[in-house]
Amino acid sequence: MNPALDSKVQNSVRPDSSWPSLIQVGAKEVFQIMLQSELTDLPDAESQTVTGEVSAMVGLAGALCGVMSIRCGEHTAEKMAGRMLGSVGKVDPNDVPDAIAEICNMVAGNFKSKVTQLAENCLLSVPTVVRGEDYEMLAVSDGEQITVGLAYEGAPVWFCLAVHS
Amino acid sequence: MKRPRILIVDDSSVMRKIVERSLRQAGLELGDIVEAGNGIEALAAVKAGAFDLILSDINMPAMDGLEFLRQLGTVEGGKGTPVVMITTEGSESRVVEALSIGAKGYIRKPFTPDQIKERVTPLLEVLR
Repeated sequence: MNPALDSKVQNSVRPDSSWPSLIQVGAKEVFQIMLQSELTDLPDAESQTVTGEVSAMVGLAGALCGVMSIRCGEHTAEKMAGRMLGSVGKVDPNDVPDAIAEICNMVAGNFKSKVTQLAENCLLSVPTVVRGEDYEMLAVSDGEQITVGLAYEGAPVWFCLAVHS
Repeated sequence: MKRPRILIVDDSSVMRKIVERSLRQAGLELGDIVEAGNGIEALAAVKAGAFDLILSDINMPAMDGLEFLRQLGTVEGGKGTPVVMITTEGSESRVVEALSIGAKGYIRKPFTPDQIKERVTPLLEVLR
Protein backbone atom coordinates (compact mmCIF):
# COMPACT_ATOMS: atom_id res chain seq x y z
CA MET A 1 0.00 0.00 0.00
CA ASN A 2 1.04 3.59 -0.59
CA PRO A 3 2.64 4.68 2.72
CA ALA A 4 0.91 8.06 2.37
CA LEU A 5 -2.41 6.23 2.63
CA ASP A 6 -1.59 3.97 5.60
CA SER A 7 -2.58 6.42 8.31
CA LYS A 8 -5.57 7.66 6.34
CA VAL A 9 -7.03 4.15 6.03
CA GLN A 10 -6.95 3.84 9.83
CA ASN A 11 -9.58 6.60 9.99
CA SER A 12 -12.12 4.86 7.79
CA VAL A 13 -15.29 6.88 7.17
CA ARG A 14 -18.71 5.48 6.28
CA PRO A 15 -21.42 7.31 4.33
CA ASP A 16 -24.19 8.94 6.32
CA SER A 17 -27.56 10.45 5.51
CA SER A 18 -26.09 13.92 4.91
CA TRP A 19 -23.91 12.82 1.99
CA PRO A 20 -26.50 13.03 -0.81
CA SER A 21 -27.19 16.67 0.03
CA LEU A 22 -23.44 17.38 0.37
CA ILE A 23 -22.87 15.94 -3.11
CA GLN A 24 -25.77 18.01 -4.42
CA VAL A 25 -24.50 21.23 -2.84
CA GLY A 26 -20.95 20.50 -3.98
CA ALA A 27 -22.08 19.94 -7.56
CA LYS A 28 -24.23 23.08 -7.60
CA GLU A 29 -21.32 25.18 -6.33
CA VAL A 30 -18.99 23.89 -9.06
CA PHE A 31 -21.55 24.75 -11.75
CA GLN A 32 -22.23 28.19 -10.28
CA ILE A 33 -18.55 29.12 -10.08
CA MET A 34 -17.03 27.43 -13.13
CA LEU A 35 -19.98 27.47 -15.56
CA GLN A 36 -21.90 30.44 -14.16
CA SER A 37 -24.93 28.14 -14.47
CA GLU A 38 -27.44 26.63 -12.12
CA LEU A 39 -28.09 22.94 -11.68
CA THR A 40 -31.75 22.48 -10.82
CA ASP A 41 -33.71 19.67 -9.25
CA LEU A 42 -34.51 16.76 -11.54
CA PRO A 43 -38.19 15.83 -11.23
CA ASP A 44 -38.74 12.16 -10.33
CA ALA A 45 -34.99 11.55 -10.19
CA GLU A 46 -35.51 8.48 -7.98
CA SER A 47 -37.60 6.73 -10.61
CA GLN A 48 -35.28 7.46 -13.54
CA THR A 49 -32.52 5.22 -14.84
CA VAL A 50 -28.99 6.60 -14.85
CA THR A 51 -28.04 6.89 -18.52
CA GLY A 52 -25.88 9.06 -20.72
CA GLU A 53 -23.12 8.71 -23.30
CA VAL A 54 -20.45 10.60 -21.39
CA SER A 55 -19.14 9.58 -17.97
CA ALA A 56 -16.18 10.75 -15.94
CA MET A 57 -14.87 9.08 -12.81
CA VAL A 58 -12.48 9.98 -10.04
CA GLY A 59 -11.18 7.41 -7.57
CA LEU A 60 -11.05 8.08 -3.85
CA ALA A 61 -8.58 6.29 -1.58
CA GLY A 62 -7.77 6.44 2.09
CA ALA A 63 -10.44 6.88 4.74
CA LEU A 64 -12.98 6.39 1.97
CA CYS A 65 -12.40 4.02 -0.94
CA GLY A 66 -14.67 4.40 -3.91
CA VAL A 67 -15.45 6.23 -7.12
CA MET A 68 -17.22 9.54 -7.75
CA SER A 69 -18.72 9.72 -11.22
CA ILE A 70 -20.72 12.11 -13.35
CA ARG A 71 -22.84 10.90 -16.28
CA CYS A 72 -24.85 12.81 -18.86
CA GLY A 73 -25.84 12.87 -22.52
CA GLU A 74 -23.42 13.91 -25.26
CA HIS A 75 -25.32 17.09 -26.11
CA THR A 76 -25.48 18.10 -22.45
CA ALA A 77 -21.75 17.41 -22.07
CA GLU A 78 -21.04 19.62 -25.10
CA LYS A 79 -23.14 22.43 -23.65
CA MET A 80 -21.42 22.14 -20.27
CA ALA A 81 -17.95 22.17 -21.87
CA GLY A 82 -18.85 25.16 -24.03
CA ARG A 83 -20.15 27.07 -21.05
CA MET A 84 -17.10 26.22 -18.97
CA LEU A 85 -14.79 27.47 -21.71
CA GLY A 86 -16.89 30.52 -22.53
CA SER A 87 -17.06 29.26 -26.14
CA VAL A 88 -19.20 30.98 -28.69
CA GLY A 89 -20.55 28.46 -31.21
CA LYS A 90 -19.52 24.83 -31.42
CA VAL A 91 -17.08 23.58 -28.82
CA ASP A 92 -13.94 21.66 -29.84
CA PRO A 93 -14.92 17.95 -29.49
CA ASN A 94 -11.56 17.23 -27.89
CA ASP A 95 -12.44 19.58 -25.03
CA VAL A 96 -15.67 17.79 -24.09
CA PRO A 97 -14.25 14.76 -22.23
CA ASP A 98 -11.59 16.91 -20.62
CA ALA A 99 -14.19 19.38 -19.34
CA ILE A 100 -16.44 16.66 -17.93
CA ALA A 101 -13.44 15.02 -16.26
CA GLU A 102 -12.50 18.31 -14.66
CA ILE A 103 -16.06 18.92 -13.46
CA CYS A 104 -16.07 15.45 -11.89
CA ASN A 105 -12.72 16.16 -10.27
CA MET A 106 -13.97 19.42 -8.77
CA VAL A 107 -17.24 17.91 -7.55
CA ALA A 108 -15.29 15.09 -5.86
CA GLY A 109 -12.86 17.56 -4.31
CA ASN A 110 -15.63 19.90 -3.21
CA PHE A 111 -17.60 17.04 -1.64
CA LYS A 112 -14.47 15.77 0.12
CA SER A 113 -13.77 19.18 1.61
CA LYS A 114 -17.30 19.27 3.08
CA VAL A 115 -16.80 16.04 5.06
CA THR A 116 -14.43 16.96 7.86
CA GLN A 117 -13.06 13.44 8.31
CA LEU A 118 -12.32 13.11 4.58
CA ALA A 119 -10.62 16.41 3.87
CA GLU A 120 -7.32 15.27 5.39
CA ASN A 121 -7.68 11.54 4.98
CA CYS A 122 -8.70 10.87 1.42
CA LEU A 123 -6.80 11.30 -1.84
CA LEU A 124 -8.25 11.71 -5.33
CA SER A 125 -7.03 9.97 -8.46
CA VAL A 126 -6.70 11.67 -11.81
CA PRO A 127 -10.03 11.42 -13.68
CA THR A 128 -11.01 8.84 -16.30
CA VAL A 129 -13.60 9.39 -19.02
CA VAL A 130 -15.81 6.75 -20.63
CA ARG A 131 -17.83 7.44 -23.79
CA GLY A 132 -20.72 5.24 -24.90
CA GLU A 133 -24.09 4.44 -23.41
CA ASP A 134 -24.25 0.68 -23.33
CA TYR A 135 -22.83 0.04 -19.89
CA GLU A 136 -24.00 0.07 -16.32
CA MET A 137 -22.17 1.05 -13.14
CA LEU A 138 -22.64 -1.65 -10.49
CA ALA A 139 -21.79 -1.13 -6.86
CA VAL A 140 -19.57 -3.85 -5.40
CA SER A 141 -21.63 -6.37 -3.47
CA ASP A 142 -20.62 -5.14 -0.03
CA GLY A 143 -20.50 -1.48 -0.95
CA GLU A 144 -22.96 1.39 -1.04
CA GLN A 145 -23.96 3.71 -3.83
CA ILE A 146 -25.33 7.24 -3.52
CA THR A 147 -26.95 8.62 -6.68
CA VAL A 148 -27.94 12.26 -7.06
CA GLY A 149 -29.85 13.34 -10.15
CA LEU A 150 -29.89 17.01 -11.11
CA ALA A 151 -30.81 18.89 -14.29
CA TYR A 152 -28.66 21.12 -16.48
CA GLU A 153 -30.83 23.16 -18.82
CA GLY A 154 -33.55 20.57 -18.34
CA ALA A 155 -31.41 17.51 -19.14
CA PRO A 156 -30.36 15.00 -16.49
CA VAL A 157 -26.87 14.99 -15.02
CA TRP A 158 -26.10 12.15 -12.62
CA PHE A 159 -23.60 12.24 -9.78
CA CYS A 160 -22.83 8.86 -8.23
CA LEU A 161 -20.61 7.96 -5.32
CA ALA A 162 -19.88 4.22 -5.15
CA VAL A 163 -18.26 3.35 -1.83
CA HIS A 164 -16.34 0.14 -1.16
CA SER A 165 -16.69 -1.36 2.27
CA MET B 1 6.44 47.21 -16.60
CA LYS B 2 7.85 44.02 -18.01
CA ARG B 3 5.11 41.79 -19.37
CA PRO B 4 5.33 38.62 -17.30
CA ARG B 5 6.05 35.28 -18.89
CA ILE B 6 3.76 32.70 -17.30
CA LEU B 7 3.74 28.89 -17.23
CA ILE B 8 0.43 27.07 -16.62
CA VAL B 9 0.81 23.43 -15.57
CA ASP B 10 -2.26 21.17 -15.54
CA ASP B 11 -3.05 17.79 -17.08
CA SER B 12 -6.42 19.18 -18.19
CA SER B 13 -6.15 21.28 -21.35
CA VAL B 14 -9.56 22.75 -20.51
CA MET B 15 -8.32 23.90 -17.12
CA ARG B 16 -5.21 25.43 -18.70
CA LYS B 17 -7.48 27.42 -21.04
CA ILE B 18 -9.67 28.51 -18.14
CA VAL B 19 -6.68 29.66 -16.09
CA GLU B 20 -5.35 31.63 -19.08
CA ARG B 21 -8.78 33.18 -19.69
CA SER B 22 -9.02 34.08 -15.99
CA LEU B 23 -5.63 35.81 -16.14
CA ARG B 24 -6.74 37.80 -19.17
CA GLN B 25 -10.12 38.64 -17.59
CA ALA B 26 -8.25 39.93 -14.56
CA GLY B 27 -6.92 42.72 -16.77
CA LEU B 28 -3.29 41.82 -16.17
CA GLU B 29 -0.72 42.77 -18.77
CA LEU B 30 0.66 39.44 -19.88
CA GLY B 31 3.62 38.31 -21.92
CA ASP B 32 4.06 34.76 -23.23
CA ILE B 33 1.82 32.12 -21.73
CA VAL B 34 3.22 28.60 -22.01
CA GLU B 35 1.35 25.40 -21.12
CA ALA B 36 2.59 22.07 -19.74
CA GLY B 37 0.58 18.91 -19.04
CA ASN B 38 2.57 17.63 -16.05
CA GLY B 39 5.65 18.27 -13.94
CA ILE B 40 8.06 16.68 -16.41
CA GLU B 41 6.87 18.88 -19.26
CA ALA B 42 6.95 21.88 -16.93
CA LEU B 43 10.58 21.28 -15.94
CA ALA B 44 11.48 21.01 -19.64
CA ALA B 45 9.68 24.30 -20.32
CA VAL B 46 11.61 26.02 -17.49
CA LYS B 47 14.92 24.70 -18.83
CA ALA B 48 14.00 26.18 -22.21
CA GLY B 49 13.35 29.62 -20.74
CA ALA B 50 12.71 31.12 -17.31
CA PHE B 51 9.25 32.29 -16.21
CA ASP B 52 8.10 35.15 -14.03
CA LEU B 53 5.26 33.11 -12.54
CA ILE B 54 4.12 29.48 -12.56
CA LEU B 55 0.57 28.31 -11.84
CA SER B 56 0.52 24.56 -11.22
CA ASP B 57 -2.04 21.89 -10.46
CA ILE B 58 -1.06 19.42 -7.73
CA ASN B 59 -2.75 16.20 -8.82
CA MET B 60 -1.24 15.22 -12.19
CA PRO B 61 0.03 12.00 -13.78
CA ALA B 62 3.72 11.35 -14.54
CA MET B 63 4.96 14.02 -12.11
CA ASP B 64 2.62 15.80 -9.72
CA GLY B 65 2.78 19.44 -8.73
CA LEU B 66 4.54 18.82 -5.41
CA GLU B 67 7.39 16.87 -7.03
CA PHE B 68 7.64 19.53 -9.74
CA LEU B 69 7.94 22.15 -7.00
CA ARG B 70 10.69 20.14 -5.27
CA GLN B 71 12.69 19.83 -8.49
CA LEU B 72 12.08 23.36 -9.78
CA GLY B 73 14.88 24.90 -7.74
CA THR B 74 17.43 22.45 -9.16
CA VAL B 75 16.70 23.44 -12.75
CA GLU B 76 18.49 26.32 -14.43
CA GLY B 77 16.13 29.28 -14.47
CA GLY B 78 13.78 27.70 -11.95
CA LYS B 79 15.18 28.84 -8.63
CA GLY B 80 13.21 31.69 -7.11
CA THR B 81 10.36 31.53 -9.61
CA PRO B 82 7.11 32.18 -7.74
CA VAL B 83 4.71 29.24 -7.94
CA VAL B 84 1.00 29.28 -7.09
CA MET B 85 -0.62 25.88 -6.69
CA ILE B 86 -4.09 25.24 -8.06
CA THR B 87 -5.82 22.28 -6.47
CA THR B 88 -9.09 20.45 -5.97
CA GLU B 89 -7.66 18.97 -2.79
CA GLY B 90 -9.53 19.88 0.37
CA SER B 91 -6.50 18.69 2.31
CA GLU B 92 -4.81 21.39 4.34
CA SER B 93 -1.78 19.13 4.81
CA ARG B 94 -1.07 19.00 1.06
CA VAL B 95 -1.42 22.77 0.85
CA VAL B 96 0.88 23.19 3.85
CA GLU B 97 3.36 20.79 2.23
CA ALA B 98 3.29 22.85 -0.97
CA LEU B 99 3.87 26.07 0.95
CA SER B 100 6.67 24.47 2.98
CA ILE B 101 8.57 23.50 -0.18
CA GLY B 102 8.31 26.93 -1.72
CA ALA B 103 4.86 27.63 -3.15
CA LYS B 104 3.90 31.29 -2.79
CA GLY B 105 0.19 30.59 -2.49
CA TYR B 106 -2.62 28.36 -3.61
CA ILE B 107 -5.99 28.57 -5.30
CA ARG B 108 -8.70 26.02 -4.70
CA LYS B 109 -10.82 24.74 -7.59
CA PRO B 110 -13.51 25.78 -8.32
CA PHE B 111 -12.21 29.34 -8.54
CA THR B 112 -13.33 32.70 -9.89
CA PRO B 113 -11.19 35.03 -12.05
CA ASP B 114 -11.13 37.40 -9.06
CA GLN B 115 -9.48 34.74 -6.91
CA ILE B 116 -6.79 34.26 -9.57
CA LYS B 117 -6.24 38.02 -9.73
CA GLU B 118 -6.03 38.27 -5.94
CA ARG B 119 -3.28 35.63 -5.71
CA VAL B 120 -1.33 36.57 -8.82
CA THR B 121 -1.27 40.38 -8.75
CA PRO B 122 1.02 40.78 -5.70
CA LEU B 123 3.50 38.33 -7.21
CA LEU B 124 3.59 40.27 -10.47
CA GLU B 125 3.85 43.66 -8.73
CA VAL B 126 7.50 42.92 -7.94
CA LEU B 127 8.25 42.98 -11.67
CA ARG B 128 7.36 46.65 -11.84
